[in-house]
Amino acid sequence: MSLRNPVHCVVGLTVGFLGLAALYLQLGAQFVGLTQVLVYIGAVAILIIFAIMMTRSSESAEQQTFSRSWVAGVVIAVAVFAVLGWAIHFGAQTLPTQTATPDLPVQQIGDALLHRFVLPLEIIALLLTAALIGAGVLALQDPAGEKRGQQ
Amino acid sequence: MTPLSSYLLLSAFLFCIGLAGALSRRSTILVLIGIEIMLNAANLNFIAFWRYGPNPTALTGVMFTIFSIAVAAAEAAVGLSIILAVYRRTRTTDLENTEASER
Amino acid sequence: MPPTAWIVRNLWLIPALPIVAAGCIAVLTQKRRAVAAGLAIGSMFVSFLLAMCAFAHVLTLRTHDQPDLQVFNFPWLQFGHQWLSLGWVLDPLTALMLLMVTFVGLLIFIFSVGYMSHDENFTRFFCFLALFAGAMLGVIIANNLLLLFMCWEVVGLTSYLLIGFWFTNPNAAAAAKKAFIVTRIGDLGFLLGMVWLYAQSGTLLFYDSGAGALEPSSIASALAQHTIFGLTVATVISLLIFCGAAGKSGQVPLHVWLPDAMEGPTPVSALIHAATMVAAGVFLVARMYPLMSAQVAALAATPSIALQVVTWVGAITALFGALIAVAQFDIKRILAYSTISQLGYMMMGLGAGGVSVGMFHLLTHAFFKALLFLGAGSIIHGCSGEQDIRFMGGLRKRMPFTFATYTAGMLALCGFPLFFSGFWSKDEILFSAHGWSISHIPFYFGAFAALLTAFYMTRQMFYVFAGAHRAAPATHEAHVEDAASPSLHHPPAGPHESPSVMLVPLVLLAAFAVLLGFLGMPAWPWLQSFLESEPVTFSIAGFYAPGLIAVMISSSVIVIAGLMLGWWVYGRRPIADASAKDPLDHAQHRVFSTLSHAFYVDALYDATFVRAANIFAAISAWFDRWIWNGLVQTISALVIGFGYLDGFLDTHLVNTAFDEGCKGVSGSARLLARLQSGRIQLYLRYIAAACILFVVLLLWRAAR
Repeated sequence: MSLRNPVHCVVGLTVGFLGLAALYLQLGAQFVGLTQVLVYIGAVAILIIFAIMMTRSSESAEQQTFSRSWVAGVVIAVAVFAVLGWAIHFGAQTLPTQTATPDLPVQQIGDALLHRFVLPLEIIALLLTAALIGAGVLALQDPAGEKRGQQ
Repeated sequence: MTPLSSYLLLSAFLFCIGLAGALSRRSTILVLIGIEIMLNAANLNFIAFWRYGPNPTALTGVMFTIFSIAVAAAEAAVGLSIILAVYRRTRTTDLENTEASER
Repeated sequence: MPPTAWIVRNLWLIPALPIVAAGCIAVLTQKRRAVAAGLAIGSMFVSFLLAMCAFAHVLTLRTHDQPDLQVFNFPWLQFGHQWLSLGWVLDPLTALMLLMVTFVGLLIFIFSVGYMSHDENFTRFFCFLALFAGAMLGVIIANNLLLLFMCWEVVGLTSYLLIGFWFTNPNAAAAAKKAFIVTRIGDLGFLLGMVWLYAQSGTLLFYDSGAGALEPSSIASALAQHTIFGLTVATVISLLIFCGAAGKSGQVPLHVWLPDAMEGPTPVSALIHAATMVAAGVFLVARMYPLMSAQVAALAATPSIALQVVTWVGAITALFGALIAVAQFDIKRILAYSTISQLGYMMMGLGAGGVSVGMFHLLTHAFFKALLFLGAGSIIHGCSGEQDIRFMGGLRKRMPFTFATYTAGMLALCGFPLFFSGFWSKDEILFSAHGWSISHIPFYFGAFAALLTAFYMTRQMFYVFAGAHRAAPATHEAHVEDAASPSLHHPPAGPHESPSVMLVPLVLLAAFAVLLGFLGMPAWPWLQSFLESEPVTFSIAGFYAPGLIAVMISSSVIVIAGLMLGWWVYGRRPIADASAKDPLDHAQHRVFSTLSHAFYVDALYDATFVRAANIFAAISAWFDRWIWNGLVQTISALVIGFGYLDGFLDTHLVNTAFDEGCKGVSGSARLLARLQSGRIQLYLRYIAAACILFVVLLLWRAAR
């Protein structure tokens, strides 16, 4: 997160996503891992690159990377890490130990989606539709405004 | 350290990195990136707990993670379109640009 | 005991009627003169009729050999377990005085109608006159020393009001004040005596069926106790009460108010300062006579100490007044000093001879002095306000009636032998003084004063009536009296006779001045026996009392000698010019000027008491201005200072605190406004920080 160039940041992000996907696979959640690769790397990262490209035209390398009071942000993050770490350490004795790797065919996931989690599924669908429409509206609305802004 | 706690620690670490970035960087896109990282960290947490949890066959963790990924994608799309819209107005993605914030 | 007669029960009507008339007149306007005069004269007339009833009642009691002292008491105030009773008494003394006061008062009221006809304050005059008459009658009938004192004070008040009737004249106002203050000094002694008497005898009633203060039992107890200087209580009380009498009756040294009281209108001088008010003092001594004459049984032959003091004071006063009267030039002042002298005679008579002797002279004096004053008023009225005898003269031809009546009064005053009342009454006094066991000096004083009386009256007669009229020069100002009469009313034709409404009372009084004397002749001592409750007989043997003929002859010689002396000095060469010096002045200037300044007594009082009072007043004023005022100023300055301090505090502390508070609020608001900066990252940071806090808190609690 400390790289100057945003594109470099996105690349770093992608690598991170990959790593996470590997972890998921290691943990036996294959579907999730692959989904991660598909969605995050395939969509989100690309999206971000697109956005970077589209918002780049007037900015130059003069923009600073860090805000004026970035120390406060870092300090807060460190504090959060401290707290979480302490919590984990504190509860380390009570955490359950490893059990056998569960057998998880994808069919079971599909079953669960349509039986048990059908409501969240529908809501997510709705949400995705709304997001799609909204993003489209927002992105498309501007030709007149752009012309006005330029004049 | 049990494997679970190491996963948790990693997830916490990722979360904090994402938080630091979201709070410290000037560009809005980079803030968004930080937020993505945070979401991912949370996903990792879920999966870890699912794996080491009491009832892995219930698939709760996995389900939740899938939904989280979906939501994160939607949110990234909407956020970026907002950034685009703002960019068209103010011609910059700088968060501390006082001209933009005053307008 | 027979039931009290109607007249005794209703004796209170006699003073009440004039007082009610005064009250009615007080609410009238100044225009209603006839109503005012009518009310006053009418009430006085009815009182006169009632007084005659009372007198007749006493006479009938005497002829039926019943006790002639009748009282009527009623309870008035209760304090504690004691009752204070008031009441009135009807005895020969009362009846005599009532008759005299109402009759002389009536005549003077009628005279005033004419005298004050030009004055614009006619109504007010009659109101005060009626009030005075009522109060004086109250003094006479009172059976209680407290009631007597109350009426005494009202008499003093009305005297003040009447002397200062023309209050716009500063002399009159000052004279009124002087009269009031000097009589007040005497009244202080009176009050002390009254209080002591009450403490001593437990009652202030004079006669109360044996329990009164003047009845034998209480007098005996007063005699038994001794107090300062080894005197008995009875003596001391008597002396204190005599102080009051001395003030009212103008005895030396409290005589100074009487001459100045002549600033009042002449009817006032006649009524109050000749006939009645000044007689009140003498009346008081006569009323209190049982107490004053009380003597311890062992010394029954000598007069009591109180009576000795009374006699000495009276003798000194008689001489004093007569001496000063020789050198006065104001017609009323001569008469005033003459009054002082005659009052001295009365006191001497009371002291040496008893109630009847003093009261006889009081009676005759009332008539002839009122006559003289009214005659002087007629003269002043006729001369358009002139009062200085140097500017009069030749009035015998211009005012014959006045001259005739004035002569009668003057001869009565001198005590011209045999035909005039003054002779008989003054003779009684001289006879008692001659027989006084303590000393003969009062007798010599009285005799010398009789000589002087004849002398100065003759002087006055020659100045006023003989020779040619000496008109006042244009620069001389006439007295304020009668100044209300504009010159167009009395054309400047010189002195003229007075209207008949003024002359008729003069004639009546003159008649009485002659006739009354015959009431008290030694041959037929009707008055004495009336007063002393003894049977009366007509017998020439009365003349044979030892020494009586000698005294009669010597007093006649003295009077004629005085008249001759007056004629010798003043009558042979009539006074030609007003500015000419008095022959006596020419002869003995220093003596004359001392006498004309009244032995400088006034100047002495002025230098001592008046100056002391002024100094005291100045000290009090200084005190008041600097100390009390200073105190008040200090306190108010403190309060104002507090006010300023408060204001300062308010402005600087409270205001500033408020301002600071406001600044604090706006400052903190400014700080708080930074929260709403619109910067997203800032929000995020705050949220993150808050979350950390919560988590920490929860974990901490869970960790316990």
